[in-house]
Amino acid sequence: MLRVIVRRLLQLAVTLIALSALIFIWLRNLPGGPIEALLGERATPERRALLTKALGYDQPILVQYGKFMQRVLTGDFGNSIRTGDPVAEVIGRAFPATIELALVAMIIAVGLGVPLGYLAARHRGRLLDNLSIAGTLLGISIPIFFLGYLLKDVFTQNIHWFPPSGRLSTGVDNTEVTGFFVLDGLLTREFDATADALWHLILPAFTLATIPLAVIVRITRASVLDVLNEDYVRTAEAKGLRHRVIRGRHILRNALLPVVTTIGLQTGALLSGAVLTEKVYNWGGLGTLITDSISGGRDYPVLQALILLAALVFVVVNLLVDLSYAFIDPRVRVR
Amino acid sequence: MQAGRLKAAVALAAAAALAVGASGCAKSERDDAGGGAKTGGTFVFAGAGDPKNFDPIFNDDGESFRPIRQMYDTLIQNKPGTADLQGALAESWEHDADGKVWTFKLRKGVKFHDGTPFNAAAVCFNFDRWFNMKGAAAQSQMIYYSDVFGGFAKNEAEGVGQPVYNKCEAKDDGTAVVTMNQYKGAFPGAFALTALSIASPEALKKYDADAVKQNGDSFEYSAFANEHPVGTGPFSFGGWDKAKGEITLNRNPDYWGDKAKVDKLVIKVIKDENTRKQELRAGTVQGIDFPAPADRKALSGEGFQVLDRPAFNILYLGFNQKNPKLKDLRVRQAIAYALNRQQLVQTKGPGGTKVADEFMPDTVLGYASDVQKYDYNPEKAKQLLKDAGVQNLTLNFYYPTDVSRPYMPNPQEIFTVLANDLQAVGIKVNGVARPWNGGYKDDVQQFGKQDLHILGWTGDYNDPGNFVGTFFGRGKVEFGDQAMTEMFDAITKADGTVDEAGKKAAWEQVNRDIAAKWLPAVPIWHAPPAIVVTKDVKGLVASPLTDERFNTVSVG
Repeated sequence: MLRVIVRRLLQLAVTLIALSALIFIWLRNLPGGPIEALLGERATPERRALLTKALGYDQPILVQYGKFMQRVLTGDFGNSIRTGDPVAEVIGRAFPATIELALVAMIIAVGLGVPLGYLAARHRGRLLDNLSIAGTLLGISIPIFFLGYLLKDVFTQNIHWFPPSGRLSTGVDNTEVTGFFVLDGLLTREFDATADALWHLILPAFTLATIPLAVIVRITRASVLDVLNEDYVRTAEAKGLRHRVIRGRHILRNALLPVVTTIGLQTGALLSGAVLTEKVYNWGGLGTLITDSISGGRDYPVLQALILLAALVFVVVNLLVDLSYAFIDPRVRVR
Repeated sequence: MQAGRLKAAVALAAAAALAVGASGCAKSERDDAGGGAKTGGTFVFAGAGDPKNFDPIFNDDGESFRPIRQMYDTLIQNKPGTADLQGALAESWEHDADGKVWTFKLRKGVKFHDGTPFNAAAVCFNFDRWFNMKGAAAQSQMIYYSDVFGGFAKNEAEGVGQPVYNKCEAKDDGTAVVTMNQYKGAFPGAFALTALSIASPEALKKYDADAVKQNGDSFEYSAFANEHPVGTGPFSFGGWDKAKGEITLNRNPDYWGDKAKVDKLVIKVIKDENTRKQELRAGTVQGIDFPAPADRKALSGEGFQVLDRPAFNILYLGFNQKNPKLKDLRVRQAIAYALNRQQLVQTKGPGGTKVADEFMPDTVLGYASDVQKYDYNPEKAKQLLKDAGVQNLTLNFYYPTDVSRPYMPNPQEIFTVLANDLQAVGIKVNGVARPWNGGYKDDVQQFGKQDLHILGWTGDYNDPGNFVGTFFGRGKVEFGDQAMTEMFDAITKADGTVDEAGKKAAWEQVNRDIAAKWLPAVPIWHAPPAIVVTKDVKGLVASPLTDERFNTVSVG
């Protein structure tokens, strides 16, 4: 097991270095750039030249990359071009927002998806099953953007149940400790802030959860159906084991393996879905940061760090999924 | 072991159920609190983007200037709702016959937010600070300063120009005398630029304001710029919560002018245009900027106040004379006659948009009422093309995407209409769309790839040089580096005329000649950008320069 982890970490390092070079060169070959964004309509050739020189964009790309790597190796990703804040600080601010959103979305997706999928399988062919199949089809096919605006329109403009955007109401005081607003409120005993943060979370989290929820319902349903036909389930039933035991130990346990894989894969989807959800709900997370950094003037330092971070998260999540296989299915451990 | 894992699974499910349940609680609690959520002494305004920082001199964008305007004052201000000048920190000002020595009589008894006195020494401290700014990072970010004052005490790059500023003397506490090396038409209008706001010298020193550090390909600003901005304005800095995207400003009880009516001003950053509108409807913000033209009617129908700012901008169609065919004045005139601008204004312009005949609004000194006009006349356009011997003309027409500017809320639609007009007189148009920050400005202003393009400008202060001079005062890639020396010279001369009547006459002649003789571009329209506030907001005066000060605003 340890060897697997070490090997995977080495792979990760190589991947990240190769990726960093690719991103660096790719970004600088895109049309447009920070110079134009920084100077706006008041760009004169002289000022453009001054800024180009100041930022070092007049040097060969390999020299630029070398300098970049030199800084990165000391843990310095530079400062955001747009805001001037250190990149670590910019990402550090956005990261908890996205994780908080994704986590709640995942809790909704798993918390609702697994029981729903199980129930659908157990009631195969009946109303509940048909409803869930229709529902998941809708959930998968509806564009996040559209759903987000639709939910907002209904729940914030027609019936004022939820706030239209943001993570916290204006005027609600919160002390930031971790950046996870729900948690911060609990830690600092500002329960008002926790409640307000949760209130803001519901619509975006639900929007973000729709696709993984639909996928998890479907996978769970299919997987439970497979297991239901297995001999050991029939044997267990024939033995007259208690229903709770059959459901937990025999059906769900065995049916969960593909579900866990799906959850892992959906984590990646969640992070990309966050780009749209965050835009719709003005959620100051990584998704917003990515779009801002691209459209708001090619914020190279932030983009570079973000893409590397995304790669890192993706690899780590996959590693965790693989490890959890071993946890759930003893056969993997033996191999 | 197995049972343990099952328990873990159950615990997870329970946690999920709990979270959902807790959310429900949160909602109902909010409902109870909802009644009191209406702001009493707070005005919440939705901005469209993050400010860069709050040190005026390093900024050049509206999102940074909005909070800066509330915290600082300039020597001279724009009269609310106009681009005319009135005294601010300086009660009066005058210049000598050469326009080189400017004497400011300062307002007495004014204090900065940190309690230090505002006086002539403070004014000179600010001027000297700007002039002596060192470091490429700092200098390259002082965009307005360079525009107005040219160079620095020590320039970090070649070609930035000779310094216009010479020195500043504090004759006494209430008199500051600023000496320039040369006269510029930009004065006195430029003294009202938000970028040239006067900051507290003590705070500038204490929080190391000049330390603009460069790190890799970006800049880091000082504690002054980010956490401790100190001016004399009607509001003082309360805080900038970047995670929430909120800037909080507090009423300055010692303000020298009209004291703010609300206790607190919150500027909330909401980047999505649609979401800004929804927040307005939900009552969580009381004001938004730049609504889409298509929404204006609906919003005012719903009872919101849609306040039109007097249009202080220009949208133009530019010619790139690198294309030899466009060097012929008759071809450029043909294009001007081919465009049905009146119809464009009616179908695509925000309410109140006017066809432009000159490259500046009629409120600016030097606007000539008798320039040659290019009313829609497709027959004349065809005839002119024929006279020029141009057949089968094909032009690359560049237009931007992913952008909405006050003078150009809907570039793609504008392009479509203009392109149709051109095609109707037999000019073939190749439309080339480029993202605004993803190549449009590069292609048009740096590489000059286009034959035709649309672009525009919002004025910074009331001066023809800020419009016409900016566009046509010298050769620019955008227009094909044309060697229209006659035009450049005329503009330089007009800009350098000190005497008011002479200046007016010189600019009027420039505008006449641009329309009749030079026509480097076609002026399209002046479009008033709007600002929207809720019914219960009173006292907001929309400014042509987007120079709204919220001290006059009351809510409820």
